[in-house]
Amino acid sequence: MKILVCMSVVPDTTTKITFTDNNTKFNTAGVQFIINPYDELSLTKALDITEKNGGTVTVATVGLAEADAVIRKALAIGANDAIRINAEPLDGQYVAEQLAYVINEGGYDMVLTGRESIDYNGGQVCGLLGALLKWPSINVCTKMEVIDGKAHFERDIDGGRETVTSILPVVASAQKDLCEPRIPNMKGIMAARTKPLNIVAPIAIDSFGQYSTFENPIAKQAVRLFDAQNAAQLIEVLKNEAKVI
Amino acid sequence: MTGIYAENSEGVFKKAVLEAASYASQISGGNVTAVCVGMPKDGEAEKLAKYGVNKLIVVEGLNAFDALNYGRAVAANLQNVKNLIIANTYEGKAIAPRIAVLQAASLATNVVELPNTTNGFSIKRGVFSGKGFAHVQLSRENKVIAITPNSIELKENPVSINIEKTTVSSPENLTQITGINKAAGKIPLTEAEVVVSAGRGMKGPENWGMVEELAQILGGATACSKPVSDMDWRPHSEHVGQTGITIKPNLYIAIGISGAIQHLAGVSSSKVIVVINKDPEAPFFKAADYGIVGDAFEVLPQLIAAAKAAKN
Ligand SMILES: Cc1cc2nc3c(=O)[nH]c(=O)nc-3n(C[C@H](O)[C@H](O)[C@H](O)COP(=O)(O)OP(=O)(O)OC[C@H]3O[C@@H](n4cnc5c(N)ncnc54)[C@H](O)[C@@H]3O)c2cc1C
Ligand SMILES: Nc1ncnc2c1ncn2[C@@H]1O[C@H](COP(=O)(O)O)[C@@H](O)[C@H]1O
Repeated sequence: MKILVCMSVVPDTTTKITFTDNNTKFNTAGVQFIINPYDELSLTKALDITEKNGGTVTVATVGLAEADAVIRKALAIGANDAIRINAEPLDGQYVAEQLAYVINEGGYDMVLTGRESIDYNGGQVCGLLGALLKWPSINVCTKMEVIDGKAHFERDIDGGRETVTSILPVVASAQKDLCEPRIPNMKGIMAARTKPLNIVAPIAIDSFGQYSTFENPIAKQAVRLFDAQNAAQLIEVLKNEAKVI
Repeated sequence: MTGIYAENSEGVFKKAVLEAASYASQISGGNVTAVCVGMPKDGEAEKLAKYGVNKLIVVEGLNAFDALNYGRAVAANLQNVKNLIIANTYEGKAIAPRIAVLQAASLATNVVELPNTTNGFSIKRGVFSGKGFAHVQLSRENKVIAITPNSIELKENPVSINIEKTTVSSPENLTQITGINKAAGKIPLTEAEVVVSAGRGMKGPENWGMVEELAQILGGATACSKPVSDMDWRPHSEHVGQTGITIKPNLYIAIGISGAIQHLAGVSSSKVIVVINKDPEAPFFKAADYGIVGDAFEVLPQLIAAAKAAKN
């Protein structure tokens, strides 16, 4: 089994999101970057699968040199090697085109992504890769297993869950609940220093779109409080003033 | 021409699909073609027509949902469509990217407003898990736009609808669904207009009866904070927030939830937020429209009684 785990490098979940340069850029000052939490799950699951079936796990990131420290962490968790496509990740479509090229070159049996990146929240890359590679794509998976050359998944559907079996190769995305993420230990951290991190040049792609400006959600006005002894008044306001019930 | 993918659940179109229809008819000024897989129930096509869909293509010959074949069928039947609108549900998210590739289109997901077309085609989408929005100029001639449920107001634009049928002759069956487990009769969390949510302040799973009762009276769904689902007090499918589901109901009622930044990320786009917490310093009050400082175990029974009376 050769598995490729697509990894996005994102701001830590506690980051206060602000923008600079006339709201045209995300303000990275003081921001700590981490492995996208869903990608931590898919990496852990890829390691589980290769430990059972044999094989290797490669991590791939589209990003600039700042990503290297986070990529080393993925190597410390257990990936065998890593590829960094040396380009600014402009949007999900740009990223997917770059990854698809690397995947075609590498001959993988399975490609895993996260359900979404917690920064741009596209939720796009899994389906885009499926279409670009002409493979099946199974998104939001809460279970993944490979038995006798077939992949078995449980995935979220609107209002429930379903189980799906797929041929290999397949691309699938990780949803919360898939597993507990592994954390690197000392041995892993030492080993990561010498594992291969291959830097490759991006391919040329026509633009799909351009982020112009950002904004924060509108701040709420001060909360209007109701007396705990008179909760009925709240229901009255929700019904007749706010008109939401 | 403008198109929509009309996802259906056992032949019924959900509200999110009608929102896609409404979006499509507002940007096209008429001529919206919908594609759905499997014959809709009686009266369902008329629901689409009410929001401006004048042609429905029903695809037959496909089994249960599969992103590869459904994506191909939609793309094949909407080849002349420049703008394709899809509801950003799990199913919508699974096929939107596949269609975008087949149509060499720009893809935008989590879209929350009608586009701005004064200079090109610019959309507004949610980013940073509810902590921001981005305006994106889409550069391709073809566009696939997935809209967040509950973002677009439904606007009636009644037209008459033609129904055509087409059959997929040889789908490539690379995947196979082996089981489906749907919570029957429950409103999916992402589509609920009212969500009653509770956190660790509820003390234990045995106390959720009141939460469910309030949700049921208000015709809403139930949700919870992350620790609550981590401790298995509630199913994981109810967990909202940065690492859970992002929702945008008209009314979000948070009971015994502190309002951590990761929780707020998933719910702060709700139209009206009500917080019930015994701690007046709970950060959630800063994000709330209405609040009660008090013990959930005293406040909830009163809310249930008042809601019952208000609904009668
Ligand atoms: C990477 C990461 C991702 C995360 N993602 C999420 C996420 O997606 N969603 C999420 O929810 N959390 C998430 N968290 C966890 C988050 O930081 C908080 O720990 C969590 O939201 C707290 O849950 P809570 O409010 O239910 O519990 P607590 O913080 O324990 O708060 C309980 C609240 O109940 C109140 N209370 C107690 N008793 C009563 C009573 N009788 N009546 C009324 N009020 C009462 C208390 O005053 C308190 O405010 C994440 C954390 C991390 C690190
Ligand atoms: N820059 C990137 N490099 C590698 N993989 C990425 C990148 N951005 C996103 N992905 C993958 O795509 C998934 C979904 O991202 P998105 O479609 O941006 O929400 C992430 O969880 C990653 O697995």
